[in-house]
Amino acid sequence: MLQRVVRSTVIDAPLERVWAVIRDFNSHDQWHEVVERSRIEGGDRSDQVGCVRAFTLRDGQFIREQLIALDEREHRSTYCIVEATVPLRRYVATITLKPVTDGNRTFWHWESTFATPPGQERELREMVATGVYEAGFENLRRFLRRGGDHRGPAGAAAGPFPAALPAPCRRIAVRAYGGPDVLVPENGEAPPPGPGEVRIRHRAIGVNFLDVYLRRGWLPAMMPVDAGRPGTPGMEAAGTVLDVGEGVHGLLPGDRVAALGPVPGAYASVRCVPAAWVVPLPTAIEDDVAMALLLKGLTADYLLHDLAPVRSGMRLLVHAAAGGVGLLLCAWASSLGATVIGTVSSEDKARVARAHGCEHVIVTRDYRFADAVQRLGGADVIVDGLGDAAREQNLAALARRGHWISLGQATGPLAPLSPDLLLAKSATFSRPVVFDYTEPHGELLRRSTRLWAALAEGRIRRPVIERYALDAAAEAHARLESRGSTGSLVLLA
Amino acid sequence: MIRVYVSSVIDVSADTVWARIRDFNALPLWHPAIADSRIENQEPSDRVGCIRHFHTRDGGMIRERLLALSDYDYACTYEILESPMGVSQYVATLKLVPITDGGRTFAEWSAEFECAEGREAELTELIGGGVFQAGFDALKRHFGRR
Repeated sequence: MLQRVVRSTVIDAPLERVWAVIRDFNSHDQWHEVVERSRIEGGDRSDQVGCVRAFTLRDGQFIREQLIALDEREHRSTYCIVEATVPLRRYVATITLKPVTDGNRTFWHWESTFATPPGQERELREMVATGVYEAGFENLRRFLRRGGDHRGPAGAAAGPFPAALPAPCRRIAVRAYGGPDVLVPENGEAPPPGPGEVRIRHRAIGVNFLDVYLRRGWLPAMMPVDAGRPGTPGMEAAGTVLDVGEGVHGLLPGDRVAALGPVPGAYASVRCVPAAWVVPLPTAIEDDVAMALLLKGLTADYLLHDLAPVRSGMRLLVHAAAGGVGLLLCAWASSLGATVIGTVSSEDKARVARAHGCEHVIVTRDYRFADAVQRLGGADVIVDGLGDAAREQNLAALARRGHWISLGQATGPLAPLSPDLLLAKSATFSRPVVFDYTEPHGELLRRSTRLWAALAEGRIRRPVIERYALDAAAEAHARLESRGSTGSLVLLA
Repeated sequence: MIRVYVSSVIDVSADTVWARIRDFNALPLWHPAIADSRIENQEPSDRVGCIRHFHTRDGGMIRERLLALSDYDYACTYEILESPMGVSQYVATLKLVPITDGGRTFAEWSAEFECAEGREAELTELIGGGVFQAGFDALKRHFGRR
């Protein structure tokens, strides 16, 4: 009678990463501790169906196993014993991996059937279930935690990153609010990740107008500073996971990720953040592209899909239409059927905005646009990053039942708005913050996935990027405030 | 064919989860998006071929036919006969697999369907997020985290 053994578990790593190890039929002597040495016979590739691995166990046993099926689509590997000093007869085993989409983990199912000499059924079932399968689960977990799969076949390179140690880093310190020159680079340390945290080595950092407001001291509660406890601006960064704290699922050292959250501190080369802020980066999205797009793109995403869902023919007025968020809104909204009206400060920027789908471009350096917008029928939705200097013009540009969304205040904080001002047009006023649209974590994942898809589908263009070194953050801010830049600014760490 | 696949881990045994979801007429008892349900023609809810007739909380009416039910595989397959979603040839399977390590459950919910061009992403999000993941989230809440 055939014996059957089934064991299964969940590995805290994305399926692609576990599969890369499992599909290599000769990887087991690197990760499974009972396997002492293994080689593929006859010089075959270790993922070639039909290849035979010959290996010795630490207790001296010798086994030859043949790969009889490998399925890349189902992530399934089937193999059998062709010769062994252990009394397993007609042994056929299958490993199947499945994605746990809820948490980016991997379900691992390992089962086999075999015959045994009479009387040894229970003993051999136990040996396979515990000594091979359950021990294998634990061993592979440890192998991935050490980053063993990133070290190449030799497996002997650098040891595990010392998780308990602080990591030296470069960061931007603000000791007093002010102009760009208060952004001073200095050396510091990133502590090891606490429970639920991820420590990330940054390669690219997004520069947003919010960072300018923080630096100017307009949002002191969000970034308190004093000479002894400097603040560090920055809401988003992309890079590689260095290590993770207790209770973090689905992220491992070496994973490419982006992080975005409501507490500043991203202008640094290494940083710890809550795992709920972290999303994996698709291979097709480079670090600088991710940082030119993430916060700005998620902003465009919630504006166009949730706060003011685009209807066909809707007239959308976008200020700073050639800026980072502006270009994204022009392209994405027009692809969804909106008529986009944009304001820009120069003819050069007007050309860029037009090329991104902005149908009507108003060039103005003194925030006068309401008459031109009204001639087009008025704005159903205004996305306003200008603030106080354009207050009256925005009210005048609104269509009846229009929706004025105040996203930023580049020219200064908006003076209080009386509800009666809205009554005149049955207008709506919103003052949203992107971070209320990126929680819970599933929402951040959903929006970022939709953003990368929009880029792949051509609904938004690859961003125009101006790159600065992290140490040159002051120059980047000066450039952003000069109104001379087009597209997105990114710091490289 | 559009394919949607969502999977999750629920921290109780597959037997326990199956007891809650096996009944083809029990959606309103465990899925937060479903308001009511009945089986047409007074058939028993575990007879393959029976039709459940239910409303979502936003008022949409859906009729689905049970195509397969396996207590051995902890699996249930059904098709949509009528719905406001604008899908055709919609067949879905809800399946549980025991995780021997820790006595937990690996839950999979998948669907294949056709739809009008351009609606793929929206429907994938609605079905994968609003229906499948929302169902798993409710089961995880119900059974708690251990």
